[in-house]
Amino acid sequence: MAKWYERTEKSILSDDKKEIPEGVWKKCPQCGEIIYYKELARHQHVCFKCNYHFRINSDHYLVMLCDGGTYKEYDAGMRSGNPLDFSDPIPYEEQLAAAIQKTGLNEAVRTVESKLNGMSIHLAVMDFRFIGGSMGSVVGEKIARIIDRSLEKKFPLIIISASGGARMQEGVLSLMQMVKTASRLARLHDAGIPYISVLTHPTTGGVTASFAMLGDVIFAEPGALIGFAGPRVIRQTIGEELPEGFQTAEFLLKKGFVDAVVDRRNLKKSIDEVLKFYYA
Amino acid sequence: MAKIILDFERELTEIEALIRDLKERENLYNENHQDQIHELEKEFESLAKKTYANLNRWQRVQLARHPDRPYTLDYIQQIADTWMELHGDRRFADDPAIVGGIAQIAETGVMIIGHQKGRNVKENMIRNFGMPQPEGYRKALRLMKLSEKFNKPIITFIDTPGAYPGLGAEERGQGEAIARNLFEMSRLRVPILSIVIGEGASGGALGIGVADRLVMLEHTWYSVITPEGCASILFRDATRAPQAAEAMKVTAQDLFDLGIADRVIQEPLGGAHRNPLKMAEILKRVILEELQLLKSFSLDELLEQRLNKYGQVGVYEE
Ligand SMILES: [Zn+2]
Repeated sequence: MAKWYERTEKSILSDDKKEIPEGVWKKCPQCGEIIYYKELARHQHVCFKCNYHFRINSDHYLVMLCDGGTYKEYDAGMRSGNPLDFSDPIPYEEQLAAAIQKTGLNEAVRTVESKLNGMSIHLAVMDFRFIGGSMGSVVGEKIARIIDRSLEKKFPLIIISASGGARMQEGVLSLMQMVKTASRLARLHDAGIPYISVLTHPTTGGVTASFAMLGDVIFAEPGALIGFAGPRVIRQTIGEELPEGFQTAEFLLKKGFVDAVVDRRNLKKSIDEVLKFYYA
Repeated sequence: MAKIILDFERELTEIEALIRDLKERENLYNENHQDQIHELEKEFESLAKKTYANLNRWQRVQLARHPDRPYTLDYIQQIADTWMELHGDRRFADDPAIVGGIAQIAETGVMIIGHQKGRNVKENMIRNFGMPQPEGYRKALRLMKLSEKFNKPIITFIDTPGAYPGLGAEERGQGEAIARNLFEMSRLRVPILSIVIGEGASGGALGIGVADRLVMLEHTWYSVITPEGCASILFRDATRAPQAAEAMKVTAQDLFDLGIADRVIQEPLGGAHRNPLKMAEILKRVILEELQLLKSFSLDELLEQRLNKYGQVGVYEE
């Protein structure tokens, strides 16, 4: 039986095998159970038999968390430029166009205003399908703006991360988005407004080393890979295999870096509890 | 240790050797070679000017990594009148890949923090090639908070191939440590001056690099990932790093053109490693100028500018 920690790193990088096709049946990669797609959707894409969390896209999170599945999206049209004229091995514009075509999104994060169990929230959801959820200028700018809006309206902020890290195609400009987002969060913190960070599979690199790890409360989905360096780089550096379960949500919980590992089916309720604590 | 000579330095190094020989002969045998020495010096200068004006990005990366280049502690020794290193993060350990301490420069108290590489194998065993662990970033933050308490400006020297990607580093929260530094440095109530003296790779550099002013030495690089790392992801071939360096636009001049670096400091002809003392002298002058400039702002102005400096980075269409 395959286990979550036996995920190959290929699935951590950029293949879409774990995406859920709109087919009728889906096989659980962990326990092998064949699940009726509608049944899976009803369980927030968690295997009812072994709790394996299938990767889901931003639409699913928005529907799952926003009351009535409704929200007002900000900056949906914002698109990246190609500031470095990056064209290796293919022009960055083409890569962006392909990602836009594939996902129907303009970038790797969506930022919305909505309500969660009647409480006003700002919510940012990353989408791994869009160039591995990497953070370039647009992701940084949209996150910075939703933080500023939270500051202005005093709405609690929730960010769902899923990212391979900073986007290489924008070079040092991507790197600086880490400061852009972290510095805004410092202001939000000083204003006493809550920020809940939710880490999903995978959350690595520059996203981990900026807003993802700065939540007042940090939740992680079961089995999610979370780290700064990717497993392949670590393996190459130390020249040996990584221990079982290394860099998983459960590992981070044990090491003290997340508040709780939360089953996706309980995510809304868990966020609700934090918000109620804040408003109580 | 054998002296390392980069390809494009070879001819220059040969001329330097000739000059040194002639000068030695003058001393030993009381000969006079002034004319010849003068000629060779002129030749060196014009060749060096030509060579260094036309370096490609990968050659600059190589210069930034030159093992004879001055490191953080070399500069501190030359620049500071007094220096006391302070150790440890008070939580886990002292990370020798980041050094920090209190110093006086021209009667100004400053906190200096920097990545520290080793000069040889033994030193690099200790310094871990300037690749910090989380405790390095946490030590840096502790010292920065100390500096804030004492109302003293902070100078950071950046020179790292990246934060260390190891088991312990991940276990102790490398990502959290860097994130925390970005968060705290962005609102630290003292001026921060960052100077890239060698290589600036990724979050490992940025973890001590949030600043009011970012200064880069001429032959340095700074980007989101190493050229090798970029090449191994994009081309699945790390040996294509030169191509990745070009694509990512990593040099000091690139960062100045992109509006990320505020100032590029010219190095002595042929690079900092050919004349470290001269380099230190130039750097000291620049530091004093920059501190003077930063003193001209109120703290509130400084913090607002710092927020905007990073807030405006990025290219997008709406
Ligand atoms: Zn299952």
